[in-house]
Amino acid sequence: MEFTLPAIKIGAIAPELILVCSAAGLMMLDAFAKERGKTLLPILSIVGLALAMVASLKLWGKSEVTFAGMVAVDSYRVFFNIIFIIGALLTVLLSMNYTPREEIDRGEYYVLVLLATVGMMVMAAGTDLIMIFLGLELLSISVYVLAGFARGQLKSNEAALKYFLLGAFASGFLLYGMALVYGAVGSTNLAMIAETLATPHLPARVLLMVGVGLLVVGFGFKVAIVPFHMWTPDVYEGAPTSITAFMAVGVKAAAFAGFARVFIGALGALHPDWTMVLWVLAVATMTVGNLAAITQSNIKRMLAYSSIAHAGYVLVGMVAGNEVGRASMLFYLLAYTFMQAGAFGVVIMLGQKGEPRLNITDYAGVGHKYPLIGVAMAIFMFSLGGIPPTAGFVGKFYLFGAAIKAGYVWLVILGVINSAISIYYYLRVTVVMYMHEEGEEVLAVSRAPAVALALILTSVATLGLGIFPSWIWEPVQKTVNLLLG
Amino acid sequence: MVAESSLLTWVVFTPLIGVAILLFVKPEREELLRWITLAVTLFVFFLSLPLFFKFNSDTYLMQFTQKIPWIPGYGIFYSVGIDGISLFLVLLTTFLMPICILSSWRYITEKIKQYMIAMLLLEMGMLGVFVALDLFLFYIFWEAMLIPMYLLIGVWGGPRKIYAAIKFFLYTMAGSLLMLVAILFLYFKSGMNTFDILKLYEAGFPLELQIWMFLAFAVAFAIKVPMFPFHTWLPDAHVEAPTAGSVILAAVLLKMGIYGFLRLAIPLFPQGSLYFTPLIIYLAIIGIIYGALVAMVQPDVKKLVAYSSVSHLGFVMLGIYALNMNGIEGGVYQMLSHGLSTGALFLLVGIIYERRHTRLIADFGGMQKRMPIFGAIFLIVVMSSIGLPGLNGFVGEFLILVGAFQVKKIYAIVAAVGVILSACYMLWMFQRMMFGKLDKPENEEVSDINKRELAYMLPVLVLIVLMGVYPSPFLRRMDASVAHFIALSQGKKEVYAFEDKAVNPVSHLLGKSKVGKSDGRMRDAQFTMHDAGFRVKRNR
Repeated sequence: MEFTLPAIKIGAIAPELILVCSAAGLMMLDAFAKERGKTLLPILSIVGLALAMVASLKLWGKSEVTFAGMVAVDSYRVFFNIIFIIGALLTVLLSMNYTPREEIDRGEYYVLVLLATVGMMVMAAGTDLIMIFLGLELLSISVYVLAGFARGQLKSNEAALKYFLLGAFASGFLLYGMALVYGAVGSTNLAMIAETLATPHLPARVLLMVGVGLLVVGFGFKVAIVPFHMWTPDVYEGAPTSITAFMAVGVKAAAFAGFARVFIGALGALHPDWTMVLWVLAVATMTVGNLAAITQSNIKRMLAYSSIAHAGYVLVGMVAGNEVGRASMLFYLLAYTFMQAGAFGVVIMLGQKGEPRLNITDYAGVGHKYPLIGVAMAIFMFSLGGIPPTAGFVGKFYLFGAAIKAGYVWLVILGVINSAISIYYYLRVTVVMYMHEEGEEVLAVSRAPAVALALILTSVATLGLGIFPSWIWEPVQKTVNLLLG
Repeated sequence: MVAESSLLTWVVFTPLIGVAILLFVKPEREELLRWITLAVTLFVFFLSLPLFFKFNSDTYLMQFTQKIPWIPGYGIFYSVGIDGISLFLVLLTTFLMPICILSSWRYITEKIKQYMIAMLLLEMGMLGVFVALDLFLFYIFWEAMLIPMYLLIGVWGGPRKIYAAIKFFLYTMAGSLLMLVAILFLYFKSGMNTFDILKLYEAGFPLELQIWMFLAFAVAFAIKVPMFPFHTWLPDAHVEAPTAGSVILAAVLLKMGIYGFLRLAIPLFPQGSLYFTPLIIYLAIIGIIYGALVAMVQPDVKKLVAYSSVSHLGFVMLGIYALNMNGIEGGVYQMLSHGLSTGALFLLVGIIYERRHTRLIADFGGMQKRMPIFGAIFLIVVMSSIGLPGLNGFVGEFLILVGAFQVKKIYAIVAAVGVILSACYMLWMFQRMMFGKLDKPENEEVSDINKRELAYMLPVLVLIVLMGVYPSPFLRRMDASVAHFIALSQGKKEVYAFEDKAVNPVSHLLGKSKVGKSDGRMRDAQFTMHDAGFRVKRNR
């Protein structure tokens, strides 16, 4: 058997390479530098991320597959890279003041964030089930460690253990599903799978369906859709807040990147089969997430449930399955990155060493005492609730519009009812911040310039995307759709 | 001055410039904050005056239009313009804002900076709703406006402010989300791929679709109006809101619901609207009577005024659903009247509350002796609210009753009972508060209305009288738009235009009440126009 070396284009994986090199460099710096040098770690990770961003943008507009059909070079991937890098950048900014405060500022932290980002990118780039799985594992293992990074805290340990155990199971499901699909179709390459499925008579239909079902379970776990969401509140609550933000935005987006690539790209021919499943899951996810969020008094748990609900909204776009639906998923994930990371930024801003102030009632009077933090949080809450003129509204507008276009009117009606429910608990945060009287003790906020910067960026972006969505929407819609369908 | 095409944009967004200025003022400089806001709102008012004077009353077409692509991928435009209906709502808003700022001069003592910012944002949102000609733009303003109002109630409100604020927000939000579904449906399923309201008028959707779409829109607007049985948020919101908030709620926000019917729900889905017409008329009449009866037993004067709004807004809905010239012009006129007189009532309640810190009617009595000027103003406003001839309330109510009579006599007869009831509760309230013995020692020291208060009450009083004795400048500007609206509401694509503008519409409107015997609505509308010596001309 002849073996030909596949064409290797370094440029096609430049973003990943840059981040891996930065991670390696950071590890060296951490090992050999003195105390002062270590303050450079976050700065250098920002530089690495920025370079990766530039390298990603250079790939915009292309549409090819390289590395023997393993790696896609397309705008879908680039757009997700942008989301991941923004998510990672925000995480680094949020961490710069947070980790020293919580005394968890060890060098591995940033290394792991960068490596997890690489894992995400691989997931978005992979056009082969194996690649996607590799990316997922690189991502997951880094995040398992990050979730337990606050070693001294029981809750953080619990979060890491829980995430690891359940995550390992989910990886098992995913891998098993991939194996079954391979068994049924005879290939792990997404394009090949799509080609085989396009033929009229499907081979080994039962095997295939079981495999697809297991894939839904595996991805569903990572995305945190009901009923695979049980880990989310505990893990989000226990993990260091900056990592919670990272999980909520980056990990979720990455899982969706793989999810959509596999289901729309490869299993598109089975659309009628999995649509109903996702329809039900979307409704369950939105409803359970929102109803559970109402009863939460801990802000991190509330945001965790809200992130579940938002996964449900994104699923609506996937159910729609049309071009608008795909583009609106991407738009929504970007919008969601800004508003959710921003919300966690406020949580970090208002916390103190040894006194995290995670109860929503702790925020009484914040809106008046710290007007800027208050306004920022209000913007995030209104955006998460989908009230104009914010990114969250436009995102939902696109998502629901796509579903209407595809004829899923009832799904949209259930979606807006859920939006109405969600507004209740998002409003409650603003109610506490603006309408409750301040408590006895003065709520002190320590200086955190990096977090403040993150808050400014996210709130401006949330409003900007809400008022001028075309700047992102037009390029996304034009390019992203070319490849998946 | 600014160009005519961008005038509306300036009017809508100047408050935003004011917000930007306020951001740079230190929160301790309270007087400066107040003066800046007052100056900005006055400026907006003067900016909006040319809209009235340059308004061309010969055409139903939108005026002062501006259209800029906004989200081209979805065919969404930043598109604004006004006709004879929205013109007055814009003016009402810009007119009342400086008054509201003046009324909260001493009442709001905490967090003034945030208050003023919220007021300006609110003004922007309300104006935006009235000028938007693109469904998406309309929806953005419609929703965004909720946030400042919610904050006004929730931060500066009374004891149950949080409950009231959340209730207000959730009620309106829940309604408008269904409207959002309908809007999306309209966009994707109508085959028009446009959010342009004027283009959608011509769509002519199938009946079943119209019924559903109308329902989705109408519920959102009915909550805002509020029509019985969606009114329960209103008393809470009104009672807990600060004075200026109540004024804006009553005078402008409720009108947004009616305006929604006039601009969207009825002309977009005329068949759907006709299908529900009997139901809406019944609900309107129930609202008139129910609101009046509940108002009568309120011990709290602010709540009394709030329920009187339910009753008055029922009148407006009745007039509009008469779907003839009289009814609709009366409805629009009554919107303005109600905005002025109920707004003024809330201002007066605010004035007396600032002095006595109570709003219970039983805590007053004989106040006339201590506050003669206040009493005089109060009496005029009460009379205007009742609909005394010679004041603004009469014109609207009369036209509405005439319009309703033309449709079905019983409507007018039952509704007229509401007028009588309103006289009962208003006069009874006035009597208990102002007349009688001054038997409460706390009331001995109450001072009369001061200069600032007089300054903001006087313009309202002038308009109340002016609109009562000389309604034609207002009605004339509505004529063409209302006639066009009637054509649209019959589901007809033909468009009527007036050629003869010299006729004084009031005389004809009041004169033609004899036409009542005809039963078909469309025929009726044409009748009245011929009657008045208008020549109806088909444009296309």
